[in-house]
Amino acid sequence: MATDFTPWASLAGGALIGLAAVLLMALHGRILGATGILGGLLRFDDPADWSLRAAIMAGMAAGPLAWLIFAGELPVIGLPVSNTAVILGGLVVGVGVSYGGGCTSGHGICGIARFSRRSVVATVCFMATAIATVFVIRHLLEFA
Amino acid sequence: MRLISAFVIGLVFGLGITISGMINPAKVLNFFDIAGTWDPSLAFVMAGALGIALPGYRLAFRRQAPALAPAFQLPDTRVIDRRLVLGSATFGIGWGIAGFCPGGALPALGTGNPSVFLFVAALIGGLLLARGLQARFPARKTA
Repeated sequence: MATDFTPWASLAGGALIGLAAVLLMALHGRILGATGILGGLLRFDDPADWSLRAAIMAGMAAGPLAWLIFAGELPVIGLPVSNTAVILGGLVVGVGVSYGGGCTSGHGICGIARFSRRSVVATVCFMATAIATVFVIRHLLEFA
Repeated sequence: MRLISAFVIGLVFGLGITISGMINPAKVLNFFDIAGTWDPSLAFVMAGALGIALPGYRLAFRRQAPALAPAFQLPDTRVIDRRLVLGSATFGIGWGIAGFCPGGALPALGTGNPSVFLFVAALIGGLLLARGLQARFPARKTA
C-alpha cells in the first residue's frame, strides 16, 4: 500500500510533538514517552501521578477528535497487516519497550533532545530492526 | 491547572501525531520499506520534533525546577547494556510487524478503530508480561 510523501505536514506535526515534549518538561518536569505514560497507568500506588498520566493519555486520544472538528473527517488509519500481526506486534513491542526503557517518543525524541547516549543507541537499534523486519516480511517472505 | 495542562499537552501531542501522518501505520511501515514503497515522511517528523525539542529543552533546563512540579524527573541510568540494546531491537521487530508504536497507537485510540484497541490490549499484555519476567528473573548486577 503506497502512501503519499508529506514533508510539510510531517514537519509541522513533528513540531507539535516536540512542543508537547517541551511543555511537559517545562511544566511537569517529565519525559514525554508513550511507554512511560502507559506503563505508569498500570500502577496504582500514587493517585496524583496516575491522574496526571490519565489526563495526558485522554488528551492524546482527543487529538484525532480535535482534528475531526477542524478538518471534518477522522484521520486515516491504513492497516496493511492482519489482526494476528497487530496482536503479535503489540506483544513484542510491549516486551521490547519494557526492557529497552522507552519507545520512539521517549528515546527517539525526548532522549535525543537531551543528548542521552542511551537514547541514541536505542533509536538506532529499533530503527534498524524495524527496517530489517519489514524487509524480511515484504521482500523475503512476500507478505502484503 | 495541573491536570488541565496535562490534558492540553496530550492533545498537542495527539494532534501532532495526527497531522504528521504517524497515526497511520501504513505510512510508518512505508518509512521502513526502503526497498519498496518508501515514504520518507517519518524522518521529517523526527526533524520537526527535534527542531523544537532540542532548543526547547535547553530553555526548560535553565530553570531550577519545572513550573508545576517540585523537580525534574530524569532517568539517571547512563549504562549502555544488553538490556537496552536487545529490548530496543525487540521493540523494532514488533514495530515492523504491526506498524504501530506506543506513541502512534495511544492517539489512534481516539479514532475508535478496533485494530488499534487490539494493538493496545496486546501492548499492555506485553508490558505486564515483561514486568512479570523482570520480577521473577531480576537483572544480574554487573559492575
